[in-house]
Amino acid sequence: MRSVEIIVNGVERRAQVEPRMLLVQFLREVTGLTGTHIGCETSLCGACTVLLDGHAVKSCTVLAVQADGHAVTTIEALAAQGLHPLQESFWEEHALQCGFCTPGMIMCANDLLARNAAPSDAEIREGISGNLCRCTGYQNIVSAVRSASRKKTRRSAAAAGKE
Amino acid sequence: MATRSKPNGKAAPGRGSGAAVADGKWSGQRFKRKEDPRLIQGISHYVGDLRLPDLLHCVFVRSPHANARIVSVDVEAARTAPGVVMVVTHSEVAGIGCVPCAGTLPGLKIPNHYVLAKDQVRYVGEPVAAIVAESPYAARDAADLVNIEYETLPAVVDLEKALASPAALVHDQFKTNLAFTHVITAGDVAAAFKRADRVVKQRLVNQRLAPIAMETRGVVAQYLPGEKQLTVWSSTQIPHLLRTQISVMLGLPETSVRVIAPEVGGGFGSKLNVYGEEAVVPWLAMKLGKPVKWIETRRENIAATIHGRDQINDVELALKKDGTILGMRTRVLADLGAYHQLLTPIIATLTGLMSTGCYKIPAIEFEVLGVFTNKMSTDAYRGAGRPEATYLIERIIDVAARELNMDTAEIRRRNFPRPTEFPFSASTGVTYDSGNYQRSLKQALELSGYEKLRARQKAGWKQGKYYGIGLSTYVEICAMGPSAAMPAGGWESGTVRIEPTGKVTALTGASPHGQGQETTFAQMIADLLGITPDDVNVIHGDTAIVPYGIGTFGSRGTAVGGTALFIATEKLVKKMAAIAAHLLGAKPEQMEFHDGRVGAKGNKKSLAFGEVVGAAYSAKSLPAGIEPGLEATHFFEPSNFTFPFGAHVISCEVDVETGEIKFDKYVAVDDCGNVINPMLVEGQVHGGIVQGMAQALYEEVIYNSDGQLVTGTLMDYALPRAPDIPDLTLSRTCTPSPVNPMGVKGVGEAGTIGCTPAVVNAVCDALTPFGVRHIDMPLKPERVWRAVHDAHSKPGHETSATAKSAAAASKSTKKPGRRA
Repeated sequence: MRSVEIIVNGVERRAQVEPRMLLVQFLREVTGLTGTHIGCETSLCGACTVLLDGHAVKSCTVLAVQADGHAVTTIEALAAQGLHPLQESFWEEHALQCGFCTPGMIMCANDLLARNAAPSDAEIREGISGNLCRCTGYQNIVSAVRSASRKKTRRSAAAAGKE
Repeated sequence: MATRSKPNGKAAPGRGSGAAVADGKWSGQRFKRKEDPRLIQGISHYVGDLRLPDLLHCVFVRSPHANARIVSVDVEAARTAPGVVMVVTHSEVAGIGCVPCAGTLPGLKIPNHYVLAKDQVRYVGEPVAAIVAESPYAARDAADLVNIEYETLPAVVDLEKALASPAALVHDQFKTNLAFTHVITAGDVAAAFKRADRVVKQRLVNQRLAPIAMETRGVVAQYLPGEKQLTVWSSTQIPHLLRTQISVMLGLPETSVRVIAPEVGGGFGSKLNVYGEEAVVPWLAMKLGKPVKWIETRRENIAATIHGRDQINDVELALKKDGTILGMRTRVLADLGAYHQLLTPIIATLTGLMSTGCYKIPAIEFEVLGVFTNKMSTDAYRGAGRPEATYLIERIIDVAARELNMDTAEIRRRNFPRPTEFPFSASTGVTYDSGNYQRSLKQALELSGYEKLRARQKAGWKQGKYYGIGLSTYVEICAMGPSAAMPAGGWESGTVRIEPTGKVTALTGASPHGQGQETTFAQMIADLLGITPDDVNVIHGDTAIVPYGIGTFGSRGTAVGGTALFIATEKLVKKMAAIAAHLLGAKPEQMEFHDGRVGAKGNKKSLAFGEVVGAAYSAKSLPAGIEPGLEATHFFEPSNFTFPFGAHVISCEVDVETGEIKFDKYVAVDDCGNVINPMLVEGQVHGGIVQGMAQALYEEVIYNSDGQLVTGTLMDYALPRAPDIPDLTLSRTCTPSPVNPMGVKGVGEAGTIGCTPAVVNAVCDALTPFGVRHIDMPLKPERVWRAVHDAHSKPGHETSATAKSAAAASKSTKKPGRRA
């Protein structure tokens, strides 16, 4: 057993874990946050995508011990002050059906928009290509990410105007 | 971008027009889903998210062989491993009933399908032992310690070899691998073929697919001995049917079993089933007196959750010179896998029912041979039998058009029934409720700029560019469906309860898994009651709360489940009108429900909705003969199936040097009757099209000749990702169904059914200059490249000037494409 300290959504979580424990299991079983889903355990579906120190990772192929001393953000943290622009846009554009891939998809898109504030449709499609969705056919997810990008740009422009 | 054009076409007047649905304040609108806030925040609960005190974890040990005798099973090491609580094999669970097969046919051979294999395993992934431990890690560690000695046997993999003699047998007891033969005949087929100017033949392979819901299957079970209550949470599409089967398999009264389908992360038919794990996990929970959880891994999901399709179709069409179809002969070999699941045998018979598609075909002969092989069972996967039917008819129609030198749109038009011929009796024995196939095809051709696409294609050939245009017109059988035609009955239940505060609870037997029925049903009920969808809470998926229901599959949710709620709500409208009229001193038939008020037309005197509800519950001034309270239930039995239809047009360019396909236009015109929420309908069509396109281009479950599953992970089983898919242009026509009061038809499978043949038709069309007649799915670049290469290197290929120049242009064709 190894002792780990991981900051999850801003809260320090300490636990004794087996060295083989996956980060996704740590999040789900130790911290009890079940928004991060398991779809394949081989990094191919992206349902478990979270932010590790601000970058999207697939938490089913990161060991909890590798996240020791680092900060993890999960879907549960996004709506701290009302819905996140991505969450709003996923709702408005009908970018989900069964919702199982949605948290991972939103976390992945979040990382994409942090790197590229105004991606083209092709860049969005490429950016979410590590995440599988079986329900939506992706078209509405692309629309949602595009719409969220515009929303974020407008909001930061408005915020800059106020200063 | 999808165009969001308004559906055209007028609803027929009277009952069946579904006016409230088409033109309501809420219905017909793009209303945001009520389900979404919890899903986008990750605060909803799928079965894997359930946490119970003292929860134990189960893992199944599965066969690594396709066919083997179990010589011995040694579980001692596993039993004594750290954290292990129990290990069971067949002998311990022998009292559990077999996995049921509901879709029986005359003469069907039904092998015992034990929940844990007895003496012999017959497919890779068949469960042999179950381990329960204190953690999933401990259970998985112990699984490695189970020592099973197998004596391997020859596996039956190839469908045709399985029927040849001598073949190894999947089940020795039957002395054959042929599980059933099912024949449909109509008209004088021999005469039709004798009379024909042309007979066109094609053999088509409809490959095996894995449904791959993003959430794998999972079961959690808890038994409370004091209350004698077993609760089973399962990722299922059919909670009530599952409860009945669990009670039968475990020998419990149905009243002691409660099944809950929590949030379900997709099903596509794969969760329309009863699986052995759904009986073993509850049995373990009862034995141990503690809750037990099993969550399927993705590897298990691909090996041991049902597969779809897997047919070989030999189709022959008898035609007149002008393209008129005289008759059709079809022989289907259907791969059933090793055992029957719930509906395994009947899926291929649905292919027979819908095999004449949108066309008048007076004489048919359709023969299905159901064949056992050493593979996972096939069963209902999105479309279930109809994509196969549409693929076979739409491919042979295209091949026929080519041979007759006709335009592919023209040959279709020529054989459509006229709109005035509906209800239309197809020669397969089903009656299409309503339709206008000419209109949807016309709209799809216009939207796609069909004439321009054809002109570009001709010009392209001269420049060595190979554009293809693929058409598919489809009709599907939906809203499963009249009880006489369904093993468990085809009705659905709906209960509407207006609570004393005026809020509405709606209970539906339809148990959705992503379709958004909490929203559409709320919209529909809100219109009838004159309130808002936010006032309506739709509850589903819990057998202790919801009256018995059948479930969500076969695009039946709205057309059957929605109708049950519609009629139940109408009963309450009538009752509230009587109460309101009594209080207002008016006539019940004058009462209207608008904006939260109930009152007489043109009269300013009205009551708040809540006042009428309050009156019903306080029961101090009710009209004579009216009971207190406001609750109504309706079990809706549809008089017929519904038959949505549509036309898809796709254009692509094939790179003959690499075999890669680039799509530049996809137009889908679907007609699912009246629409409650266009946004949700579009979502269903998008997803459906992409699943159809995935079959055409990427997906294939492959077993090698030993019966080993070689596409057992998402690394090997290619699912489409966002960059693989073109933008889709959607449109609709609207031909309401006369078989339910809402005039709705269902749309869950339309995209999948319409898409696949359109894609293959487009690619084959692009390769016309090379004389390529047909390529079997999936159209991987390597296959496409090979087809081009083989066709023009073969003597006797088309030798027109165009073909010659095409062959010349592709001389550099040397290597297959990257995505081989």
